[in-house]
Amino acid sequence: MAEERPAKWGLVVDLDRCTGCNACIVACALENNVPFVGEDEVAYGRALYWIRTQRYWEGEYPEVTPTFQPVMCQQCGNAPCEPVCPVYASVHSEEEQINLAVYNRCVGTRYCANNCPYFARVFNWFDYELPEPMRSYLNPDVTVRRRGVMEKCTFCVQRIVRGRQKARAEGRELRDGEVQPACVQACPAEALVFGDLSDPESRVSQLARSQRRYHLLEALGTLPRVTYLKGVGNHGG
Amino acid sequence: MAVEAKPLETAVPLPHAEEDPREHLMFDPRPREVMNRMVMEAMTTTSRRYWAWVIGLALVVLVCLLGAWGNMILTGMGLAGIRRPVFWGLFIVTFVFWIGISHAGTFVSAILRVFKAEFRRPFTRAAELMTTFALAAGALYPLIHLGRVWVFYWLIPYPNARWLWPNFRSPLVWDFLAITTYLLSSTIYLYLPLVPDLAMARDRTTGWRHALYRLLALGWRGTEAEWHRLRRAITIFAFAIIPVMFSVHTIVSWDFAVGVVAGWHSTIFGPYFIIGAILSGVAAVVSILFVLRSTMLHMDYFIRKEHFDALGKLLLVFSMAWAYFFFNDYLLTWYGGEEAARRILTLHATGPAAWVWYLMLICNVVIPWLTLWNRTIRRTPWAMFIITLLINVGMYAERYTIIPLTLGHQRMPFDWGVYTPRPTEISIVIGTFALFLLLYLLASRLIPLVPVWEVQEGQMAHTLRKVGKAEVPSVTELE
Repeated sequence: MAEERPAKWGLVVDLDRCTGCNACIVACALENNVPFVGEDEVAYGRALYWIRTQRYWEGEYPEVTPTFQPVMCQQCGNAPCEPVCPVYASVHSEEEQINLAVYNRCVGTRYCANNCPYFARVFNWFDYELPEPMRSYLNPDVTVRRRGVMEKCTFCVQRIVRGRQKARAEGRELRDGEVQPACVQACPAEALVFGDLSDPESRVSQLARSQRRYHLLEALGTLPRVTYLKGVGNHGG
Repeated sequence: MAVEAKPLETAVPLPHAEEDPREHLMFDPRPREVMNRMVMEAMTTTSRRYWAWVIGLALVVLVCLLGAWGNMILTGMGLAGIRRPVFWGLFIVTFVFWIGISHAGTFVSAILRVFKAEFRRPFTRAAELMTTFALAAGALYPLIHLGRVWVFYWLIPYPNARWLWPNFRSPLVWDFLAITTYLLSSTIYLYLPLVPDLAMARDRTTGWRHALYRLLALGWRGTEAEWHRLRRAITIFAFAIIPVMFSVHTIVSWDFAVGVVAGWHSTIFGPYFIIGAILSGVAAVVSILFVLRSTMLHMDYFIRKEHFDALGKLLLVFSMAWAYFFFNDYLLTWYGGEEAARRILTLHATGPAAWVWYLMLICNVVIPWLTLWNRTIRRTPWAMFIITLLINVGMYAERYTIIPLTLGHQRMPFDWGVYTPRPTEISIVIGTFALFLLLYLLASRLIPLVPVWEVQEGQMAHTLRKVGKAEVPSVTELE
């Protein structure tokens, strides 16, 4: 079998399509065993979201327009979270070209979270126990994190690995769109598109070349793998 | 040609010589045995009040530090008030505070020793003890603030079953190495000049104290060869520990400066932190000296107004230097023109917690500049005590401004947040203050707090010589 070409996974967020429905957040939490922390803790600002919708209001009341911007880990090519971790719990994977969090190496200095300009990282402040029937929902492919550990979006790396293994077993290359993170799968407006950026013909590559593209805080030089699309003058999204 | 001769005027004493030179410790010698007895008495006398403090502080350490920390380990970091986006709060603030305090001992002892400032002699040990105990209190925080403290040893570089070294690119590993180096070298530096005094104590005690001092004094007999080696060792250490001291707080500042966090990413942070550390450290020395002078026997002989005076001048200089670096930090950020950093600096002065910023400026700049130029105030110990306590309040406010208040307002306004400390954090902070005081109280009755031999050495070098009718203070160059 031919040597596999290392993929460069990327995501496109089309803000002109986003309705701010938050389906991505729910799907992400279920896929990745992200615990529910309870109302009080959420109100205190300790919700564990791997993806969140930033909502801004434009204009003065009553002529206000909401704008939505789903923000997840940007999978920086030059990630500020990686060099500051003293125990290599925040690392770059060779095969997927994304940042991974190694939960059982993390000692919880929270330095990576401070140094992340996108605030994509969340911390397990307590052990969050799931009530009994809910435990059956846990995804066996994803580690359940205990207290004192940092976590974040992994582009659903477990799905990427599964997809690659399946393709390898069938002796073929991965097809474009075959692997989808939970958020992309759940998005009803198809605002999120996932794929291999190293393949210039893939849908995500074509979209990422769009004239509407921008990256979050591009000036910091973090080389994000997430591209946002936003036309001018179009409300919403 | 007639020569008009004026009769010689009587010698006018110089303005600074108004006071009797005997007010200075160096010109007020007492017989060696008397002085030894005084130090021994100060060390062995304990009052009922002393034991009340020891027991009270021990209880505070037990409940507020160990109890609250243990509870936090078992329950989770969530007991602290930190939350997204402020992931570092009071723990790191107090950590930087203690590491800053620890600069006092080295500064007062090593730098003043190298520059042969004679006023340092009676309180070098008091300052060195502060260094060691402040480091002991501060070094707890990197552990306390860990989410999973039970695996703290993963930060230590040693060949292990995980086949993994720590990440030497991480400033936290630099921190670990710098603090361990400083703790070890400052403990040795505390111990070296202590040896002759321990031998002095050994010869004047019986019982368990005698056994303890005999062990610690390493068989010191006071021969010429021993003195020679001791002096050389102290000189080497005094020079060697100065760069270590400068490196420690520079590295602590890199925890912040190497990050991309707006408001932290500044090249001025290294020297700015050093100056702040020395300012708070020297201020803490003055506070401690006041307490020692007013509670321990015979301490008013060793620690005099001249010492408060001299340290007060140092403080004024450092307060000005701190203000200069503070101004520079703002100037460079403004000049750099990064919008996020500019917004943060504006929010420090106008935001919801602006009172912290003003408290910092009032305590670090306004109060020292208004008071410390005045000789009478500098020579009033209780006034100096209050001023120096306020300086440390200001320095605490500075660290609070730099850490949680900067983290709370980063580049994405949607994620802005304000942080309020919770009882667990406050309790642990109080606990480490109690730990520091407890260690100091215990040490003050276990080791001679005044380096007697250094005072005696200084007094031998300083003499009042009679030149005609006037008494002239004279100093012999030692070494």
